[in-house]
Amino acid sequence: MKTIIIRTASNYMLPLLLVFSVFILLRGHYLPGGGFVGGLIASIAFVLHAFANGLGDTRKLLHFHPGFLMPTGLALAFLSGISPLVFTGEPFMTGLWYPEHLPIVGNLGSALFFDIGVYLVVQGVTLTIIFTISEST
Amino acid sequence: MEILLAIIIGTLYASGIYMILRRSLVKLIIGIILLGNGANLLIFLLGRIAKGAPPIIPEESNVFLDAYSDPLPQALILTAIVISFGLQSFAIVLVKRAHKVVKTDDLDEMNATDEYS
Amino acid sequence: MLTAILSGFIFSVFLVFAGKFLKGKLAVLSALVPLALFVYFLSFLPQVAGGEVIRQEISWVPTLGLDLNFALDGLSLLFSLLITGIGFLVFAYTAEYLKEHDYLDRFYGYLGMFMGAMLGLVLSDNLLSMFIFWELTSISSFFLIGFNNTSEASRKSAVLALAITGSGGFLLLAGALLLGNVAGTFNISEMLALSPEIISSEYYIWIVILLFGAAFTKSAQFPFHFWLPGAMKAPTPVSTYLHSATMVKAGIYLLLRFTPVLGGEDIWNTTLISVGGITMFYAAVHTLFRTDLKGVLAYSTISVLGLLVFLIGLGTQYALTAAAVYIVVHALYKATLFLITGIIDHETGTRDVTRLSGLRKVMMPVAVAGFLAALSSAGMPPFVGFIGKDLVYESTLHMGSWSIFLTVLAIATNILVLYAGFVAGIKPFTGKLPNEHKKVHLPGMLMWLPPVILALLGIIIGIFPEIINDSIIAPVVNSVGLEGNEVHLKLWHGFNLVLGLSAITLAVGILLYVIFKPSAKKERGIARLDFIAPLTLITNFGHGFKVFSNWWTRIFQNGFLRNYVSTIILFLVVLVGYSLFSDQNEIPIDLSSFSRMTYYEMIIMGIMFLAILFVVGARSRLTAVVAMGVVGYAICLMFVIYSAPDLAMTQFSIDTLTVILFVLVLSSLPKYLSISDYRMKVVDGVLSISFGILITLISLEVLGEPVNKEISNFYADNAYVLAKGKNVVNVILVDFRGVDTLMEISVLTIAALGVFSLLKLRLRRDDRELKD
Repeated sequence: MKTIIIRTASNYMLPLLLVFSVFILLRGHYLPGGGFVGGLIASIAFVLHAFANGLGDTRKLLHFHPGFLMPTGLALAFLSGISPLVFTGEPFMTGLWYPEHLPIVGNLGSALFFDIGVYLVVQGVTLTIIFTISEST
Repeated sequence: MEILLAIIIGTLYASGIYMILRRSLVKLIIGIILLGNGANLLIFLLGRIAKGAPPIIPEESNVFLDAYSDPLPQALILTAIVISFGLQSFAIVLVKRAHKVVKTDDLDEMNATDEYS
Repeated sequence: MLTAILSGFIFSVFLVFAGKFLKGKLAVLSALVPLALFVYFLSFLPQVAGGEVIRQEISWVPTLGLDLNFALDGLSLLFSLLITGIGFLVFAYTAEYLKEHDYLDRFYGYLGMFMGAMLGLVLSDNLLSMFIFWELTSISSFFLIGFNNTSEASRKSAVLALAITGSGGFLLLAGALLLGNVAGTFNISEMLALSPEIISSEYYIWIVILLFGAAFTKSAQFPFHFWLPGAMKAPTPVSTYLHSATMVKAGIYLLLRFTPVLGGEDIWNTTLISVGGITMFYAAVHTLFRTDLKGVLAYSTISVLGLLVFLIGLGTQYALTAAAVYIVVHALYKATLFLITGIIDHETGTRDVTRLSGLRKVMMPVAVAGFLAALSSAGMPPFVGFIGKDLVYESTLHMGSWSIFLTVLAIATNILVLYAGFVAGIKPFTGKLPNEHKKVHLPGMLMWLPPVILALLGIIIGIFPEIINDSIIAPVVNSVGLEGNEVHLKLWHGFNLVLGLSAITLAVGILLYVIFKPSAKKERGIARLDFIAPLTLITNFGHGFKVFSNWWTRIFQNGFLRNYVSTIILFLVVLVGYSLFSDQNEIPIDLSSFSRMTYYEMIIMGIMFLAILFVVGARSRLTAVVAMGVVGYAICLMFVIYSAPDLAMTQFSIDTLTVILFVLVLSSLPKYLSISDYRMKVVDGVLSISFGILITLISLEVLGEPVNKEISNFYADNAYVLAKGKNVVNVILVDFRGVDTLMEISVLTIAALGVFSLLKLRLRRDDRELKD
């Protein structure tokens, strides 16, 4: 599969797909999308890159093992969950909202950070599984 | 239309069970995947289906104005789909390991609890 | 009072840490615990004798009706004094008896635990907490019987005792729950007032049967008596403490405690009289055929327990007074005899009566104690045993038409008990001292003093029965529900029929002792009847049950995954199918409510159907995987059509990833074999197709039912109002059900870690092994 066309294309596809995945993630609260889909799209982007350029290149590109995304995402999701406990003394997982309306993102709130956590975990899980399996064959 | 969907779900279940009952390891995994798909569709169907009414509140309003399809089963299925991916990959790897260690593909030969090392 | 009960447990926990220091000479200090408790309970004597009931109530699990209510009345006090008093002597005795033992601290721990449990049992005023303590006594008794855990016989006896008393505990729980439901309370003192309602309830008979089951197993009544002789494998202090003085009396305690609540009915009295009567005579006859001292004592203990049950069954003022006196009498002389047996065993190394004689020459104080105890058990005046036996005859004589039969039975039993007492208390000390025992010497004072104290108490109380009359016996009789105190304990009643019967008992018993000599041959003789003994029957039943369950397990747990799955599916199909079709109503399929079919939907369905067939029929893995992908994308299209954009996107990505995954591992996966034969395929096919049809029918039926959308509507209505989101599915995931999602991503992480460790970590270990 390492044809020049795919390799060249994947080099442009990777950033495009990643931007697209972030876009899907951010608009999730208002339109179809969200952390799960966003994370999956992002991991497809990396898998595609790995198919075209080989696993080693993708790893180099990533700089770190995708497994680290899992604890990071979990921590982010958990912290966004306990933030109402810390800031306003409300129960676990109560939504907190920034009063101003922001472009693209819409309202900024703890739920968004939770979704980013999901995004990271899903990405970490998928990439860990696929990378591990393809390395061992 | 629901009747066709119900038949497809039945087919998915039947084929899933049939594949699980085979003696081959790989067929076991495929059976599990088919069963998972069937279960997702079953939940989806039983939450009632509707065309052209996604559960998304229109931009100009704060509440639903028209009919909308049920968001709850969708949320359930969404997580189920992602989880089933985790399950599948784990099952695949398990089968790979088992095949490598026990050196058989026949489930009927894997009926002892003794530890293989 | 709670502190008093807990002190036993606290003591045993304390031993876990400090046990090492409490060995050797210091071990005797542990006897201070029961001594302090004994003094503590003794201080209540005047209050309780005055008719007062001392209570302590601690709320524990009020919603279950489970409270720690303790009540100290005459009956409880008698038992508490026995438990702590004999406990004190046994604790002291043990310090010498097991001086060299490695696990002395452990032994004390069990003993302390047992003492606490036993105190809790007799002081509980709540049926459920009583049950808990009841079970605790069984468990601590298990550890004590199996204390010599290197001996197989000892372990077996411990398991047997636990099985019998444990199943009794189960019956007690059932009976307690039933009784509590009928009475509406679990407090025993409140039940007293409700006695007429409980007796007239339709469950009365079950309550009585269950409680009898508990009492008879614990107190070794026929046909559950066999665990007690087996329990003699325990060290002698245990036999003394648990199996003669305290634990086996728990059943007696239970019966006495519930006499005012449940007693007075025919079934109560008749059952107790017959079971007690059979037990006392059966066990008494058995004593004739034992040569092991402890065996003799075990059977004579069973016999006395039978006598107690028998007396409770008679239920008259005389009989209950006799029971109360007999509890004291028996505790005093039987504990003495057991302790003496322990000394003999310890010093000579044998408990075989045929090899023991003349020991008085080497251990005089022990011989004195043995003589006194044997005479007390014989009912010789002026011992307290005489008073007990008097009362027994007095009560059997007042039983109307049955009086002659019951009296003869009691006399016969007493003759045999006398014989047993003489064999254990007199025979080893009289006659010629055999050469092999010439070097035997008196053990330490800690060992011989306790039996001497107990034996002396027997004669002191016999001469001055007033000591226990008003302070202990009368309150006991009061607390089992009989008012007044007509019966006064007296040593001398003048010449009357009872005295004559006593004289006959003594004369025949002593004659029997002189003529009849225990021998190994006689023991073997009775062993021939073992095949109909309850023990054998139970053992055979247990064995048969084991064989059956092995067979049963092998049928269902056969190790073939296919069989498990097909059993479950078959069961499901038959059961659900039956309930679906046995329902006379037709399945309400309302076609008009369904949405219209369009041609593109039908095409998608058709593709999906074909793809599924391809998956099932594929001969190569690649075909199957590709067809799987097609199925997934078709489902994705269906989500698009039926307004689930989020699902469609997720399904699409996941399907892609799954196919990629399969392609990655395909080469290393096993070949796609088709092993099953044709017949098997047909059978499985029929099974799975019927399952599929079942699912289809169920889903159609559900579609015909009205649907409740309350939750979905709440989420939809409040998505923007509460959570400022417009994509309701996403709002549910990240806000309304956020905790679920958090758990879900944790599960995903675990799956990924599983995959990672399965492939990476194991491989490294394999590498290591290869190097080795």
